[in-house]
Amino acid sequence: MSLDAKTVTRIARLARIGLQPEEIETLGKDMGSIIDWVEQLKEVDVTGVDPMIGTGLAKPRLREDRVTDGNCRDKVLSNAPEREGPFYTVPKVVE
Amino acid sequence: MSYRITGSTGEWEIVVGLEVHAQVVSEAKLFSGASAEYGGEPNTHVSLVDAGFPGMLPVLNRECVAQAVRTGLGLEAEINLFSRFDRKNYFYADLPTGYQISQFAHPIIGKGKVLVDLADGSTREIGVTRLHLEQDAGKSIHDQDPTRSFIDLNRAGVALMEIVSEPDIRSPEEAGAYLRKLRQILRYIGTCDGNMEEGSMRADVNVSVRKPGETEYRTRCEIKNVNSIRFVMMAIEVEAQRQIEVWEAGGTVDQETRLFDHVRGETRSLRSKEDAHDYRYFPDPDLLPLVIEQSWVDELKAALPELPEAKRARLEQEYGVSRYESSVLCVEQAIADFYETVARGADARLAANWMLGDFFAALNRTGRSIEDSPVSAEGLRELLGLISDSTINGKIAKEVLEDMVETGDSASAIVERKGLRQVTDTGAIESAIREILAANSDKVEEYKGGKDKLFGFFVGQTMKAMKGKGNPALVNETLKKLLSE
Repeated sequence: MSLDAKTVTRIARLARIGLQPEEIETLGKDMGSIIDWVEQLKEVDVTGVDPMIGTGLAKPRLREDRVTDGNCRDKVLSNAPEREGPFYTVPKVVE
Repeated sequence: MSYRITGSTGEWEIVVGLEVHAQVVSEAKLFSGASAEYGGEPNTHVSLVDAGFPGMLPVLNRECVAQAVRTGLGLEAEINLFSRFDRKNYFYADLPTGYQISQFAHPIIGKGKVLVDLADGSTREIGVTRLHLEQDAGKSIHDQDPTRSFIDLNRAGVALMEIVSEPDIRSPEEAGAYLRKLRQILRYIGTCDGNMEEGSMRADVNVSVRKPGETEYRTRCEIKNVNSIRFVMMAIEVEAQRQIEVWEAGGTVDQETRLFDHVRGETRSLRSKEDAHDYRYFPDPDLLPLVIEQSWVDELKAALPELPEAKRARLEQEYGVSRYESSVLCVEQAIADFYETVARGADARLAANWMLGDFFAALNRTGRSIEDSPVSAEGLRELLGLISDSTINGKIAKEVLEDMVETGDSASAIVERKGLRQVTDTGAIESAIREILAANSDKVEEYKGGKDKLFGFFVGQTMKAMKGKGNPALVNETLKKLLSE
């Protein structure tokens, strides 16, 4: 199976990935074969079995409601491509 | 009375559902140890988890879960012992991870309800579909630079409860009443401060219209992020009007997200349809499903404070106040507490009367809240005691209350200082009245000739002569006696 060009373009847009026109066909084939591979799981009959997320054995560890973190602005901003004073800056986004 | 909008083709009914985002009261964020406090220097209440650094893992805050459960109990809702967190994927500059952790398929709280009181005295039940926990996003600031937006992540990761109502709301008034009641419940339980100005409560408003009698819903529009009750009510009206015009012009309403512009009084399309949302929800692999114990839910339930409905009913029953008085007194817990302190040991109905009247007026005039009231509950109780035991009359008491607000002195001290003690000496009252009658012999004749209205004139003159201190009942009684002589 190969994903059609429209679907590939849509997925790329949702993921904010820019595609060259010539990449679309190849990617469609690649993604199609990934899906085919995963689709093999459908051969197993799971009627009446709840979907399993994780092992289902462990319970999550919960945190107490105390402030134990933060106040590390320099670290937080250290990866920012661009900053201005205490802020990250990004190209203007106004809806 | 059903709310209807009249268009060119007849009447229309509106259908509204609300999604309320309520910020959870907690010290730390939903999945990190950074402070959840409002404000703060930009990007200081931020941990590397909130900033979406690679490899950082979320750990769920137990108190936030407890707050959601408490709220669910307050909404008489189903508490789901099993719930799960999902990723809602979208790109925005104030969402560092590229996804919001939310609960999609398995929310922690299921169906509940809110009882709303309407102006005509009736009550309606609005269904709650679900409540789930999710993260807030950061804040984009657009007015600092011509070409760039500035990002502050202090709010990113703060816990929110999204409370979704059924499409049960049929008028702007009901929407307002629902929001006020919901906010009241949240404040009582202490799970959200309900402060809409600071954005700790915001509403997305789903609006559609249909002809009365239609059983199917027509296409709805969602108005995002409305931040006051008044604007929610205005937005519903404006949007319903717009949709009616579209239908009546032979068009169809598109399902879309819109924005309410309160300055222009209109809603505008926010995103083009081409960009329609596809959030690609999937279970967050960083978080195990949340499993809570019934015994813990029971503990939380046992520790809940008295809720607004129960308190309102109890005040009505215990103190003999009207339903209206009781509901005003229960708007805030602090007011109800204040009232009960006054009412225990005073005439409870007189207390309600005074609180709703002169006391609230004094608060308004001084711009104070119940928490920093210029008159304490004990002080007000003392004043009412002076009325009940006939030391002063009601009119003088108003003057005393004003003095109490002004000086902070006790009621009895003011009464002594100003010599306001009511005159109950029948001799003194009688001689005052005789002087008035003697000075107005013409009016006495008219009165005796059948002009009953003049009785009020004599009362007024007597009270004036006695500087307002006459006991009203005795003045009336003595006047009647002397006028019939």
